[in-house]
Amino acid sequence: MTGYAVEIEDVAVRFRTKKRDVTALRDVTMRVDPGEFVAIVGPSGCGKSTLLKLSSGLLAPSSGSVKLLGERVSGPRKDVGYVFQKAALLEWRTARKNILLQAEMRGMPAKEAKARADELIEMTGLTGFEDAYPHELSGGMQQRVALCRALLHRPPVLLMDEPFGALDALTREQMNVELRRIWQETKTTVLLVTHSIAEAVYLADRVVMITARPGTVAGVIEVNLPVDRDYGKTMSEPEFAKATRHIRDHLGAAAVAE
Amino acid sequence: MVTHSQSARTEPAGPPGPTSSAGVSERARPGIAQRILGFTERGWRPIALLVVLFFAWWAVTAAELIEPYLVPSPGDTFDAIASRPDYFWEHTWATTYETLLGFVIAAAVGVFAAVVMVQSATVEKTLYPLLLFAQVIPKIAIAPLFVVWLGFGIGPKIVVAVLMAFFPVVISMVTGLKSVDPEMLQLSATMGAKPGQTFWKIRFPASLPHLFSGLKVAATMAVTGAVVGEFVGADAGLGFVILQANGNLDTPVLFAGLLIMSLLGVLLFVLVEWLEHLVLPWHASRRTEGVTTTL
Repeated sequence: MTGYAVEIEDVAVRFRTKKRDVTALRDVTMRVDPGEFVAIVGPSGCGKSTLLKLSSGLLAPSSGSVKLLGERVSGPRKDVGYVFQKAALLEWRTARKNILLQAEMRGMPAKEAKARADELIEMTGLTGFEDAYPHELSGGMQQRVALCRALLHRPPVLLMDEPFGALDALTREQMNVELRRIWQETKTTVLLVTHSIAEAVYLADRVVMITARPGTVAGVIEVNLPVDRDYGKTMSEPEFAKATRHIRDHLGAAAVAE
Repeated sequence: MVTHSQSARTEPAGPPGPTSSAGVSERARPGIAQRILGFTERGWRPIALLVVLFFAWWAVTAAELIEPYLVPSPGDTFDAIASRPDYFWEHTWATTYETLLGFVIAAAVGVFAAVVMVQSATVEKTLYPLLLFAQVIPKIAIAPLFVVWLGFGIGPKIVVAVLMAFFPVVISMVTGLKSVDPEMLQLSATMGAKPGQTFWKIRFPASLPHLFSGLKVAATMAVTGAVVGEFVGADAGLGFVILQANGNLDTPVLFAGLLIMSLLGVLLFVLVEWLEHLVLPWHASRRTEGVTTTL
């Protein structure tokens, strides 16, 4: 173990399309400590989602190295939990059965999996909706199911790819508060991709800024907010304003310089 | 192609709908009485149309606008059936048997071919032209060949029924197996799922709505296939009845044969639809009224 949960070293990702070669990421180096909450912000198409795919081994870098929990990533990794922007639930399964898919695929003992699912259902406020089908659930509720599924096997690293991007503003705030609380309870490492600066600052300990075409790290800032963050209060903290301002300037300046 | 599920899942960033943040929408599962009531509410229009058409048929023949030997009256048509119930029963059963057997074989072959084809792009590219060839070749033109090969028995009828019915099954099943959300497959990879698990737990169930649309088309094609098979050489079946009646200019029997044949196709279609309801209670098209559903 090198001591990092995620270690991305000098990584580049290039895609070959019919017309030309596209560099999605270049010279990217970032490290995430175990138990840390790191947010990655940047404009759309800057390759932030690619970073999560690299970390989980769903995508191999063109050059450079990626390590997860000190181990070099080569191929899909089982020791992560993944949440996408779309809930990606199986329509023919109830909420609980969708959560338990994780256990079935992994061959977890049924009893243990069931207990863990109940625990997560309660933690995410899904109680009473366990037997509902995805189409009977609101977008926020569907995303809670996806989160439970991602946490079922107690993954050391949780990867979230714009998980609240499709939700309305109010639901999104509510989900932010709950995610922060769940992170504190589970103590798992979280790598969250978002295009909302406010979401990144409220949730994360550190924010990595990525600029587009090609995606490069424009800077990293520490968020010096207390561990327990009341949403309304945090929004009015000078530190919150300072951090969001800093990120906005940074990403904006990079866009202008281009 | 945008599936129902995708459009249902992505929510606009606007204000939440009445059920959006509250969670489960109020949608009680209807009881049997309500379902029958619901069916009559939805189903009266097509039934009314049938009644009107039937009445028009009766009116045209009653007023003798057309010579009776060209278009027989509904009464004559039903009399034709009623006077020889055993005859019609025997030949209807023959066609039903060929149709059902052809349909089941087509479904099995179609699903199998689709599953094999999605395994690799090479296999798909190799098999596709062959499938297409089997589809575009006019069945009525090759049916006599099957009679030469297989004789006058049930064989050629089933082969033609299978040939006509299996193409929609393959196409819809291939589409279905490919329609799986790529993110769902990526998730499956991070769960360490084996290929078999991914297939049975994700790909296969996800393809079923597509498969059923193919099966519905196949059901109607199977009837046509069986009758085409009977046309080229048979001593039983509704195709045989129609050919004989045609030769004798016995239009009431001809119309009776056509009527029963159509009814057979509709019944098989409804049967597949009923199966679909049974197997896929979760499917999105069940939740919105669509033109492709009669139930």
